[in-house]
Amino acid sequence: MRRYDAAAMRPADLRKEIKRCGESVLEIVNCCGERYLGCGMRHTSLHITGTPGNALGAFLDGGTIIVDGNAQDATGDTMNSGVIAINGSAGDAAGYAMRGGKLYIHGNAGYRAGVNMKAYGGVSPTLIIGGRSGSFLGEYLAGGTIIVLGIGCPEHSQLTGFFCGNGMYNGRIYLRTTEIPTGFSPHLLQRRISREEKESDLRPVLTEFAAMFGENVNELLSGDFILIEPDPENRYKEMYAAI
Amino acid sequence: MRNGSMIQPRFRVVRESWCTSCGRCIRECSFGVHTRDSRTNALKADSSKCVDCQRCVVFCPADALYIEENPNRMHPSAMWGEDTRNEIYRQAETGGVLLSSMGSPSGSVPRYFPRLLINASQVTNPSIDPLREPMETLTFIGRGPESIERDRDGKLRDNLPPHLEMKVPVMFAAMSYGAVSLSVHKALAMAAEELGTYWNTGEGGLHRDLYKYGKNTIVQVASGRFGVHADYLMAGAAVEIKIGQGAKPGIGGHLTGAKIKGDIARTRMVPEGIDAISPAPHHDIYSIEDLRQLVSMIKEATDYTKPVIVKVAAVHNIAPIASGIARSGADIIAIDGFRGGTGAAPVRIRDSAGIPLELALAAVDQRLRDEHIRSRVSIIASGSIQSSSDAAKAIALGADAVSIGTAALCALGCHLCAACHTGRCAWGIATQDEELEKRLDPEKGAERLCNLIRAWKREIEEIMGGMGINSIEALRGNRLALRGAGLTQKELDVLGIRHAGE
Repeated sequence: MRRYDAAAMRPADLRKEIKRCGESVLEIVNCCGERYLGCGMRHTSLHITGTPGNALGAFLDGGTIIVDGNAQDATGDTMNSGVIAINGSAGDAAGYAMRGGKLYIHGNAGYRAGVNMKAYGGVSPTLIIGGRSGSFLGEYLAGGTIIVLGIGCPEHSQLTGFFCGNGMYNGRIYLRTTEIPTGFSPHLLQRRISREEKESDLRPVLTEFAAMFGENVNELLSGDFILIEPDPENRYKEMYAAI
Repeated sequence: MRNGSMIQPRFRVVRESWCTSCGRCIRECSFGVHTRDSRTNALKADSSKCVDCQRCVVFCPADALYIEENPNRMHPSAMWGEDTRNEIYRQAETGGVLLSSMGSPSGSVPRYFPRLLINASQVTNPSIDPLREPMETLTFIGRGPESIERDRDGKLRDNLPPHLEMKVPVMFAAMSYGAVSLSVHKALAMAAEELGTYWNTGEGGLHRDLYKYGKNTIVQVASGRFGVHADYLMAGAAVEIKIGQGAKPGIGGHLTGAKIKGDIARTRMVPEGIDAISPAPHHDIYSIEDLRQLVSMIKEATDYTKPVIVKVAAVHNIAPIASGIARSGADIIAIDGFRGGTGAAPVRIRDSAGIPLELALAAVDQRLRDEHIRSRVSIIASGSIQSSSDAAKAIALGADAVSIGTAALCALGCHLCAACHTGRCAWGIATQDEELEKRLDPEKGAERLCNLIRAWKREIEEIMGGMGINSIEALRGNRLALRGAGLTQKELDVLGIRHAGE
């Protein structure tokens, strides 16, 4: 494993090194706000200690990014495949328009997490937020799965801010709570999921998440989950009248 | 009342007595206007279905068809136009937001290009005959070099950031696969390659078959991020971030699930049969700093080999907006004016939001000059560039190049019937119906596009020659070459030109 000290390098040189290294495993230490790390990366595994800057793993197309620390805004923006795991919290717009791969955030996520995610051709993105998320979670969701676990939050508490899932027309949002998000859109449906659904739909993805961050999957699966989906009877196209 | 609607048919299909009843019109009409009466064998027309696309008229072998406006008139009112009343009836019947397509047909907002007059040389400096003397239409767009650098031997160092090279300062505007057919994309790509210019994918991704035209392709990244991935970004000659569109500033896009099937779903990388929504803003861009971030992300993902274009609609504060874009690291600003076309837009937005291209363009060019950052960016102007003289005037107002959408579609057969949003385009342009799409032969289409641009190129050369200048560079921002006719002092001030006679 090659090791780079981010504090001792220019960010541009660090990014070039990551690109140059191809299919290898890199360790980056002392990260402090360096942006665009792993942008468009395909094969490399990055292990980052510290706080990488905005747009970590944007357009990610394979490879793995593990962060011991927090991440800033636009983590995994428009990512196509690969894995990003943040053992801390993430800023705003995490996983914007991601189409595949996995984005795991152990702590909280800021505003606009998972906006405009979409599934395609048998590939489906997964965004798991261990703590809470800010407002606008999963707006315009067009596919994929978002799970918010509320680890450490009191039972039955609000796990997202306002406008959760507004404008979504495909995909699923699971919240580990019984509290319906504030200002819940009339275009959406929500229901508590069954034990069987938890086992079949959530256990496989949460097992990996739990293993990644040393959580107990059975604990994560305990408690009630609500599932938010678009209402097929109440879509948006009826809004228009062609002339 | 027909089908419970108060709205009268807008057009009337008229069949002349010399119709041979051959039935060609039945085959050509994609809206089901023409039918044959099974008892009498005579042809009939249901005018209420007619959108006036002229397909049947053009293809009638006997020239026996024409379409007129419905001669019926509503009760006269100078205050309440017939269109206005029909729109109210439509909304009273449906409760829907009015939706239409193509650029605004409204005549109430001025077009300035026809009121701008081009200079020509007389006596004091000679005009140039482009048939006899060299005339340079080669245009480079992108960020200019920050400074002149020389190596130890005093030779100029090439420190020019990545840029686009065009043989003619006209490119094809962004029109997405899904809004237009694959045949249109093929025709545009082939023509761009042949002409040495560029076409633009629009926001629907780039079909696999068209990656080979990459060096003449601008790939677009819009808020829906459809079909955007690392290979796509690398495939084009430049990447365009679409913030806004002249036909619908501030409004997102909505491709209904019915249009998302097969290759469109694959190219957009979205599931079949499910609506594809482009949110109104990019939700990862809430500020100029965020825009800078997306520009940098794209440059990072493309190894700093592609210029980045930021496309915005012409709106009220366009000059400071453009200044912000110029400072965001973008290499090119594309400004799309009020009259820009669209495959579907809410009518009220299309006809009311935004400002004319001419005013926006002049304001942006002036602002960037005042701030000494004009050389940081190039400007592409679009939004109803209808002729070579419009293109020349836009360049004189400050554009580096223009892009044409509607004019290119007209070259392919579009008759501006504004029924794009129905998906039943009889000309094979704005449709995904396999049979209809076959009506547009990409090779013939490309040839027509090449003819159009070559003709414009000759005309631009004539215009420049007449002025006594021999390169696009000398025309760019050359407002002394323009005079206004019938414009107010305020309009002249914004355009930065003098009145005719001054």
